[in-house]
Amino acid sequence: MSTFELRSRLAAGLGKRGDRDASQAAPQGAAVPASPGRPSGALGRLGAFKGWLLPLAIVLLWQAASRLELVSPQLLPSPEAVIGEILALANSGELVEHVAVTGGRVFFGFLWGTLAATLLGTLTGASTTARELLDPTIQALKAVPSLAWVPLFILWFGIFETSKVALIAVGVFFPVYLNLMAGIRQTDRKLVEVARVYGLGRWQIARRVLVPATLPSYFVGLRGGLALGWMFVIAAELMGASEGLGFLMVDGQMTGRPALIVASLILFALVGKASDALLAGAGSRLLTWQDSVGNREDAGNV
Amino acid sequence: MSDMITEARTGRADPMLELEGVGKAFADRSGVAHHALAGIDLAVGEHEIVALVGTSGCGKSTLLRLVAGLDAPSEGALRLAGRPVEGPRSETGVVFQEPRLMPWLTVADNVRFALGDLSREEQARRTAEALEKVKLQGFEQALPRQLSGGMAQRVAIARALARRPQILLLDEPFGALDAFTRRAMQAHLLELWQAERFTMVFVTHDLAEAVTLADRVVVLRGTPGRVVETVPVELPRPRRGDEPEAVALERHIEGLLDLG
Repeated sequence: MSTFELRSRLAAGLGKRGDRDASQAAPQGAAVPASPGRPSGALGRLGAFKGWLLPLAIVLLWQAASRLELVSPQLLPSPEAVIGEILALANSGELVEHVAVTGGRVFFGFLWGTLAATLLGTLTGASTTARELLDPTIQALKAVPSLAWVPLFILWFGIFETSKVALIAVGVFFPVYLNLMAGIRQTDRKLVEVARVYGLGRWQIARRVLVPATLPSYFVGLRGGLALGWMFVIAAELMGASEGLGFLMVDGQMTGRPALIVASLILFALVGKASDALLAGAGSRLLTWQDSVGNREDAGNV
Repeated sequence: MSDMITEARTGRADPMLELEGVGKAFADRSGVAHHALAGIDLAVGEHEIVALVGTSGCGKSTLLRLVAGLDAPSEGALRLAGRPVEGPRSETGVVFQEPRLMPWLTVADNVRFALGDLSREEQARRTAEALEKVKLQGFEQALPRQLSGGMAQRVAIARALARRPQILLLDEPFGALDAFTRRAMQAHLLELWQAERFTMVFVTHDLAEAVTLADRVVVLRGTPGRVVETVPVELPRPRRGDEPEAVALERHIEGLLDLG
């Protein structure tokens, strides 16, 4: 018998005798904890479609109320009228145009806001000096209600796209910045130490420890920022625009077409939810390692 | 002269680790210096096991951090394999009290984390080898959150061993585990030590652990911490912490700690 065999036999014997730890461990896969609180029964089988139950019920109630003429169609048009409005917009090609314009504004506002927040948040998160220099000012700016920037932005950037995108960027900036800075600061110093022990340099530590450790709170910030982006695009478009979903609303109000107002509301909800789902999907793909009950859906906003 | 002392102390000519007059002071917020360690002389030979025990706050973890190159000493000199310690070294493996695994990496990637400077094939080979040593084959793709405390600590040991260290430093490595798992891990570590022939320095508060594993137990006491006595343990292996000779040594060390 070679010494290697002897050793592995010893090892096997040891495993049997003492290593409760190994025998306790379930084989791979089975060790994955079952998703907590998953209900069984009819509701359980519906799965992700459960989220559609409430909107469906509301539409049914709404339809019933319209049929029975409980509310004036001037205040609340029937679902058919609203769907008709959306279809008419789709047929004329206007739907795609307006959604694209609004979506584009949110996209660029989100892009610039996120870029600025990522740069500054990384700086203030990683360096105490930078935090002491910059953070008080940024926190003070955060205290300014974001809509209060509108007059200044219009003065600076005119009434067209730039001022709208700038306003959205301001809205996106704060949640992303705050979450990123907090995420970097809360990174476990002990993990950084492990990286130092194994000879990783500054940049490698940033890339292989700080970035992955910060990603969860960064995504919370991105989702919060995107939600604010949608909020601010409406504000921007209500204040003056010739295209976009916000413009459709104003148009509906001016021309007395309540169906158009409700239709744009619904479009906002759909597009906003879709963009959030996209971001959440990207996030949960990157963050499957997280050991928390609600790591996909309910990461809170700022 | 000093070589002779070293040889007499360790029974070997070339110490793996040498500390001469090592001290460490930390400054608090108001700039006042607090001395954690003072005047530590220690030589650890190749393939020797040294346990550091002491009252809480005597700086034993600090001492280990100095050897690991994570902190710099305020005074004195540290030499590892003949060269001064100026930062973390590739000859050194460190196991902390907590496993400190990257929660976003699989077990295999956590081990590979320590091997960044090697080729991909070598990384894969050493990772497989290290996980086999700690008997975690089949768990390569598991995530840290899926592991028990003992398994996670074995991954941490595998990560340290994958670098094929000449010296393994452990800071209360089994302190957070239950007594049963702890004994199994001690036996396992000893087995790895016999096979790999690395030098081992570990901190523990468990005197039975110190006496069952170590060739010498270095007893530290006070603030700043100083070496009160170095207790040689000349019992044949495998040892048990409840044998009369071991218990006598544990009592002796306990007496040293109680004095002051």
